[in-house]
Amino acid sequence: MVMALTTPADKAAPKARRGMMQRYAADTAFMTFVAILMAFLYIPIWVLIVFSFNDSRSLTWPLTGFTLEWYEKLWNNSQLQDAIGNSFYVASCATVLTLLVGVPAALALHRVNFPGKKVFRRLVVLPITLPGVVTGISMLNLFRVLGFNLSLETVILGHATALLAVVVTQVSARLERLPKSLEEASADLGAPPLHTFLHVTLPNIRSAVIGAGLLSFVLSFDEIPVTFFLTGRDNTLPMYIYSTMRRGVTPEINAVGTLIVLFSLILIIGAVIATRERKK
Amino acid sequence: MASIIELDKLSKHYASIAAVDDVSFSVEDGEFVTLLGPSGCGKSTLLRMIGGFEEPSGGVIRLAGQDVTWTPPYRRDVNMVFQDYALFPHMTIGENIAYGLKLMKLGRTETAQRVTDALELVGLHDKIDQRPHQLSGGQRQRIALARAIVRQPKVLLLDEPLSALDAKLREQMQLELKHLHEKVGITFIMVTHDQTEALVMSDRVVVMEKGRVAQEGSPHLLYDHPRTPYVANFIGTTNFLDGQIARAAEGTARISVAGVELEAVTDSPRRAGEAITLGFRPEKVRLLSEGESGENEIPGEIAEVVYYGLGLRLAVAVAGGGRVYVDSLLPDRLADTAVPAVGQPVRMALSPGNIFLFDAEVA
Amino acid sequence: MTLLRERLGGAAVLGIPLIWIAVFMLLPYAIIATYSFWIKQYPTFVPAFQFGNYLNLFTDPQYSKVLIRTLKVSLLVSFFAFLLGYPFAYFLAFRCRSQALRTWLYMAVIAPLWVSYLLRAYVWKTILGTEGILNSFLMSVGILSEPSDIFLYNQFAMVVTLTYIFIPFMVMPVYTSLEKIPRNLVEASADLGMRPIPTFLRITLPLSMPGVAAGFTMTFCLTFGDFVAPFLVGGPDGNLVASVIVTQFGTALNWPMGSALAIFVLVIVLAVLSLSDRVERAFSPKEA
Repeated sequence: MVMALTTPADKAAPKARRGMMQRYAADTAFMTFVAILMAFLYIPIWVLIVFSFNDSRSLTWPLTGFTLEWYEKLWNNSQLQDAIGNSFYVASCATVLTLLVGVPAALALHRVNFPGKKVFRRLVVLPITLPGVVTGISMLNLFRVLGFNLSLETVILGHATALLAVVVTQVSARLERLPKSLEEASADLGAPPLHTFLHVTLPNIRSAVIGAGLLSFVLSFDEIPVTFFLTGRDNTLPMYIYSTMRRGVTPEINAVGTLIVLFSLILIIGAVIATRERKK
Repeated sequence: MASIIELDKLSKHYASIAAVDDVSFSVEDGEFVTLLGPSGCGKSTLLRMIGGFEEPSGGVIRLAGQDVTWTPPYRRDVNMVFQDYALFPHMTIGENIAYGLKLMKLGRTETAQRVTDALELVGLHDKIDQRPHQLSGGQRQRIALARAIVRQPKVLLLDEPLSALDAKLREQMQLELKHLHEKVGITFIMVTHDQTEALVMSDRVVVMEKGRVAQEGSPHLLYDHPRTPYVANFIGTTNFLDGQIARAAEGTARISVAGVELEAVTDSPRRAGEAITLGFRPEKVRLLSEGESGENEIPGEIAEVVYYGLGLRLAVAVAGGGRVYVDSLLPDRLADTAVPAVGQPVRMALSPGNIFLFDAEVA
Repeated sequence: MTLLRERLGGAAVLGIPLIWIAVFMLLPYAIIATYSFWIKQYPTFVPAFQFGNYLNLFTDPQYSKVLIRTLKVSLLVSFFAFLLGYPFAYFLAFRCRSQALRTWLYMAVIAPLWVSYLLRAYVWKTILGTEGILNSFLMSVGILSEPSDIFLYNQFAMVVTLTYIFIPFMVMPVYTSLEKIPRNLVEASADLGMRPIPTFLRITLPLSMPGVAAGFTMTFCLTFGDFVAPFLVGGPDGNLVASVIVTQFGTALNWPMGSALAIFVLVIVLAVLSLSDRVERAFSPKEA
């Protein structure tokens, strides 16, 4: 009996050990891969930040010394400040506008049946995959035909159109998980549609709307292709940086970049807090 | 008593499929009516049309004499308990119940009073400041009830209200709902696929089949006088055997089936030679002991014995290849000798009043 | 009366988005579609209906070479994003045992999307340039004796930069579809005697195809219409379609040709979308 019991166990032991080794090797390989990918994603961002404090005009290794000179230059650059102001203006307006159109669009896609719904859905979300250059030049031509002068306002219209896709996909995804019975219960209890929307639907999709709004803001703040075609004499921040880059690389751009990274980080944290769903 | 709900030739078509097909019936004020049927029989669609969530393709719905066919749900004096309860997750229990009252513009004190009363009614007044996700399934169910009743609607609609609860709780809630109905005096219309639920709770049951009403009536009428094999089979268990009328007389008929001739009571006149489907309930069959004799004796052989605590269910093979189920309660103390063995020949007796006769083509 | 008002309210919910889409998407597309048939006559262009611009796309090497290059770069970017993104998403969905680590890593991949796209492209210019950080670093450690220009202003630089930028668009949909795969399917496969790698190839990979298709669509289409990276790191023969469109509407002043190119991009995007829809449907569980 004892013999019979030990023999298979002895045979199994190396097998089990080999399985464990394989598992360990696979885990190590995955971890290494993840680490390399993280390095690929984040080393460039650190490069950007580190060189904004380096006291050499040229961006070459090794680092020469610490300075805040580039930030000082930004502080005195009025063009840059105008551009930042313009970007805030454009991003805020475009976000509000795109939410005002996008949330009803998501609702319509969910709760209303109408002819051409499939085409409508496809069109609304198209700009997610459609390169901005197409949106940009097609809207540029629209404004030319309509006789509009290009300005920050035309940029706002362009951004709002391109960002609709972001709002509609995010809000739709949330609506999909919202039981239809909640809205029915509200109607059943005597609430007309608008009341239902404000008191039942909106509170339940709030996090998605805020998240979509924040993302829209960031994307608009950062947008180039559409802005490139639709802006008049005023520059947004990315357009200003873009035109500076034509003249070559300078540590000032790194300084602006570092500030943008910082700003994005704050927004990401804000978004995480705002969109964190209540624990069920 | 006046009709509170009248459905007149109500239909609902989805593309080419008729979910509800030409349904007419009415519900008396204060009644507890259950729509019973398997999933896909149209009972939920019917309920949702009464609630105003689906627009009928044809027909009229009248609520207290008024045509409400095209009235949106928020202007109908009916309220619904949803299958998933549909409690607003972002509001407290108190806010949930007050939601419909605020829309009635009742004033602060009356609203508060009614919310308290409703919570007392369902025994959950201590939960007023909690949120739906903090409650158990049974508690949520009761809050959904309270939220609907608090508006004192003319009719309360219940869409499979107990289906999300476990078996024990469901049994308890059946009686609670029945008592609640007696206490508040509102008309209840409930949808369920559970026949026990329908029999236990309702004054009247409407059995639905493929979008149509198969039969309606009191629970015991449906149980004892099913009009079709479908109804007989959906409510309780029924044995079916094919046979032929041997002789017919006023109110009775003799049927040759399974190698014997049986006497049956019949409501409709029958002709000799007519093919017929005969049905009877397993618990109405009596097993005869040695030397005993009874009405309508059927001989057979035991094919299977199933023990289920409360009693035994025997499958008995009869002449002609049919199988008959027989339920028998067990004696106080089960002796091994009392359990019939497979292969043993038996004789069964069946009283003429316990036999249902259905036209053969219907089966 | 109130009912009428409510119906009108309902119409507004639908109407505003519908009108917006019609005016700011359909109409503009129609306008450039019209322009694409016009003829350029220096210094302006005249209405016409002819396919010369489209013909030029494929026959004039000036355009056809760019199209082929764009196609090549887009495919390479999609492929490398897949190569890097899929194992990462797989690790998150199946291998990562700590929920906190999973959340952090996922956030870490998505977060760069929130950081300026322009800067993420720019930083590669500073890294890969002749005077750049990579060159000076390699020289300082003695691998190179003089700066090399092999890193910047070529397709390699473009592919690296665009892969870097678009990786999140691959990871997101792939992770979502991997996460949806019920764990017991993989367990059932193991239980039935299938080893891990065949299980992956026959169960996990096919079931994650909808996500892969979505990821490919995003990375491919976004690369296909990019003109910022070519401008920053692409160099003299690094022009992509979008850069040519920019030129046509700018210095070249050939709007009909630019419109034809834009319509071509639009068609490609729509084609890729419908292709990926088909893949998604083919690999999605059929409705019972």
